[in-house]
Amino acid sequence: MTLDSRIPSGPVAEKWDRHRFEMKLVNPANRRKYKVIVVGSGLAGASASASLAQMGYVVDCFCYQDSPRRAHSIAAQGGINASKNYQNDGDSVWRLFYDTVKGGDFRSREANVYRLAQLSANIIDQSVALGVPFAREYSGYLANRSFGGAQVSRTFYARGQTGQQLLLGAYAALSREIALGQVIMHARTEMLDLVVHEGKARGIIVRDLVTGKMSRHSADAVVLATGGYGNVFFLSTNARGCNVTASYRAHRRGAYFANPCFTQIHPTCIPVTSEHQSKCTLMSESLRNDGRIWVPKEIGDKRAPKDIPESERDYYLERRYPAFGNLVPRDVGSRAAKQACDEGRGVGPGGRGVYLDFADAIKRLGEGVVRQRYGNLFDMYTSITGESPYSKPMRIYPAIHYAMGGLWVDYNLMSNVPGLHVLGEANFSDHGANRLGASALMQGLADGYFIIPYTVGDYLARVSPKDRLDTDHPAFVSAEKDVKEKLDKLVAVDGKRTVDSFHRELGLLLWDKCGMARNAKGLEEALAKIPELREEFWKDVKVSNEGESFNQSLEHAGRVADFLEFGELLVRDALLRDESCGCHYREEHVTPDGEAKRNDDKFCYVAAWEFQGVGKEPTLHKEELTFENVHLAQRSYK
Amino acid sequence: MKLTLNIWRQNGPKDEGRLVAYEMKDVEPDMSFLEMLDLLNQRLVLEGERPIAFDSDCREGICGTCGFMIGGVAHGPMKMTTTCQLFMRNFKDGDTIFCEPFRSKAFPIVKDLVVDKSSLDRIVQAGGFISARTGAAPEANSILVSKADADLAMDAAACIGCGACVAACPNASATLFTAAKISHLALLPQGQPEAKQRALRMVARMDEEGFGACSNHGECEAVCPKGISIAFIAKANREYLKAAVTEEPEPLMRV
Repeated sequence: MTLDSRIPSGPVAEKWDRHRFEMKLVNPANRRKYKVIVVGSGLAGASASASLAQMGYVVDCFCYQDSPRRAHSIAAQGGINASKNYQNDGDSVWRLFYDTVKGGDFRSREANVYRLAQLSANIIDQSVALGVPFAREYSGYLANRSFGGAQVSRTFYARGQTGQQLLLGAYAALSREIALGQVIMHARTEMLDLVVHEGKARGIIVRDLVTGKMSRHSADAVVLATGGYGNVFFLSTNARGCNVTASYRAHRRGAYFANPCFTQIHPTCIPVTSEHQSKCTLMSESLRNDGRIWVPKEIGDKRAPKDIPESERDYYLERRYPAFGNLVPRDVGSRAAKQACDEGRGVGPGGRGVYLDFADAIKRLGEGVVRQRYGNLFDMYTSITGESPYSKPMRIYPAIHYAMGGLWVDYNLMSNVPGLHVLGEANFSDHGANRLGASALMQGLADGYFIIPYTVGDYLARVSPKDRLDTDHPAFVSAEKDVKEKLDKLVAVDGKRTVDSFHRELGLLLWDKCGMARNAKGLEEALAKIPELREEFWKDVKVSNEGESFNQSLEHAGRVADFLEFGELLVRDALLRDESCGCHYREEHVTPDGEAKRNDDKFCYVAAWEFQGVGKEPTLHKEELTFENVHLAQRSYK
Repeated sequence: MKLTLNIWRQNGPKDEGRLVAYEMKDVEPDMSFLEMLDLLNQRLVLEGERPIAFDSDCREGICGTCGFMIGGVAHGPMKMTTTCQLFMRNFKDGDTIFCEPFRSKAFPIVKDLVVDKSSLDRIVQAGGFISARTGAAPEANSILVSKADADLAMDAAACIGCGACVAACPNASATLFTAAKISHLALLPQGQPEAKQRALRMVARMDEEGFGACSNHGECEAVCPKGISIAFIAKANREYLKAAVTEEPEPLMRV
C-alpha cells in the first residue's frame, strides 16, 4: 500500500479553506443515522465527542478512567499557544507555523502545521466561551506568557493548571451532550481491540473494568484519542494508566505506526530519588520564564548552592544560547542538562540534577509576584522533595514526557485503515521530532473541535449506515475471542515475577539505550534484549487471578504486554533513523558544538511501520516530507 | 521505617468488608503513600493473595482519581494534599495507620478502597456547563472579565472533583463541589444566560443523587486538597435563592 497523505494542492495558507469546501457533507437530518465511537476523553477525545454530538451524530465515548474529567490532559501546566498577537510583538499565523516546523526540526508535515497555527485562535475563542478562566490583565483582556522555542509571547494560561481548565471546558461541553443523550459515556472501560472488516474500521472490543465483562461496539467510524506511549519507559510524566494498548492493537490490525522513536524528554522534572518511584513529576516549562538554570563551574563541587558565588556558577543555557537563553526548546534544554551532569557537574543525590534558581526573580519581582505566578508549582515541589524553592533553588532533571510519534494519519487525521481516525498525542502529524511547549493542548483541541467534525463527515458521507455491522458478525466474534484468550493466558502463566518488575526492566533498558542519547550499538543491544524479556514475561509473570471482576493487576499486565512488543518497534525505528533530529539524538551524528545533525538527503521522511507479526520485522513505508515554505536549515537558538 | 497498615478489604459491593492488618518494613521517607501500597501489592500478588484495589492515575495531585481516608481524614493528615502527594516522611517509625474508603451513600463501594464517584459527574451533567456550541464563539477579547473576577472564578474552578469534601462531611454533602462549579460559571459574563437554571438543576440533582444537605460544619474546606473556600457555598446559595424566587427548574433541551 502506498501512503497517500491527501494534502490539498495550492498555497499552504489556502489549503484548509479549499479542503473544507471540497469535503463532502452529511445533511443534518441524516447525521443521526450515523454512529461514531470515540476512544479517550482527554482534550482531543472530549472536544471531538462534544462537537460531533452537537452536529447530530450519535457518539459512544470510552475512557479507562472513572470519569472523563480525569484524562491526563488535565496535568498540562503551563499553557496553550495561539497566534492572536495580543502582545503586538510580531506574532502571526505564519510565525507560529514557522516556529513549530523549526522546533520540530523539519520532520513534521507543513500543511498540517499551518492548519494548526490557523486554528489556534479559534481554540482560545471557543475555550473562553465555555468559561475557561484564563489569566487576565487588569483591563479585563487576556494575558500571555512566554514559552520555549519562541521569541514572542503567545501562550495563554490559567495559573499552572491550563490543561485542567481546558479539559474541564471540553468535559463540560461533553457532559451536556451526555445529559442530552447524544453521547453515551462508557467510563472505566478499556478498548482492547479494533474490529476491521473488508479493510475498514467497524468497531471495537472493550472490557468493563468494574465487572471484567467484555462487550462489542459497532459504529460507522472509530476515532482514537488515546494519548501517548511515554509509559513504555516506565518512569515518565504520564499518568499511571497511560498506555499504548488502543493504538498498538489498532497497529496489529493494520494501522501504520509512524516515527515511534520521536519521544520528547522534558527538561524540567523533579529528579528520580527512589527505586520505588512510580512516576516523574513535571515542573512547568513556564518556570523558565523567571528561573535561571545553572550548575557549578567546578566538577564535583559539593557546596550548598547558596555558598557558591556568582562567579563560580555556570548558567550554561544563557552562555551557550544567548538569544533564547533559558527558553531554548525542550530537546536542546534536556541535552544541555545531560551534558552538564555527564561532565560531573550535576547536583543533588547521584549527581543527576541541575539547579533552577528563582533568587534573581524574587529579588526583582518580590516573593508575592513569584508566588502568584508559580505558587502551586512551588507547593507541589515542596510536598514531593521537602525543600522550598523560595529559599533554595529547585533541582530538576529531564524525564520522558510526550510522544511525537503515533499512528500514521493523512491530512484528514484518518489512518491508513479507512474509518479509523486518530487525534491528539495518539497521532504523529504536527510536532515532527520535537514538540514546542504549549503546543500539545493546541493540537488536541484543534483536532477535536475544528478538524475531525469536518473530516469524519467527509468519510461518513461516503459510507452508508446500512452497512454498519451487527455485533454478532464473525469479525466481532473472532476479535472478542482473541482478546479473551490473551487475558486468560496472562492469568494462566502464574509465574514468579510481578508485572511491575517487567515494566521497570523494560523502561530502564529503553531509558538507557534509547533515551536522551542513542547509538547503533546500544540500540542493537536493546533490540536483542527486548524479545528475551518478552519471552520471560509470558513464562514468568504473576497476575492476580480474580475471575471476571475488577482486577487492576490484569489491566496493568495487558498494557505491559503491549509495551513489550511496542518497545521493540520504538528501538527499531531509532536504529533505522541514522541521523540526529530534534529529540532523536544519535551520538554518531552531532555538529562540532554538540547539536543534533540532521541528514535531509536520506531521512527527510516519515517512517510508517506495518505490523507483520510479533517478533517479525515490520515493513517500512516512507512518506517523503517536502518543505516549500520553511527553508530546511540547521536549527539555531544562539 | 516500620509501619502497621490497617486496610479496609471488601471484595465487591456485596461483601461485608473488614479491616486487615499488614506489617510494612523498609518504608522509605521519600516514598509516596501510594508507592508504599504498590510495594505491598507486589508482595501480596507474589504470595498469591488478592492485591488491594485503590484508584490513582496522574499521581501529581491534579486528576482527582485517588483518595481514601487515612487515619480518619480524607487524603490523610497533610493540608492541601491529595493522597498521591502524601509522602511517608510525614509519618513516624512505628506508626499504625488506618485506611478506609470514602464513605457516602452517593459513593457506592466498588472494591476495597475504590468507590464509584460518578454521582459527581451527573451533577455536572445537570447544568455545570455553558451551552456554547463549537464554532459559535466570538473573538475571545470581546468578552472582558475583570482580573478580580477571573482570579476568583479560577479559585473555584481549581476543584479536582476528588470527593474528599463529601467524605469529610458529617452529612455526606456535595455542596462544596456543586457550589464551586456554580460560582465559577456565575462569576463570568459567559455564564450569565444560564446561571439560574444551572443553580436550580445542579442543586436538584445533588439531592437526587443522595448527597446530604450543608449545615456549615466546614469539614469540606478543611480537607479540600485545592483549598476551595466555603465562601463559594455562600455565593452559590445566593445564586440559588435568586433563581428559586423567579424560576422553576426546566428540563435540558436542545434548541
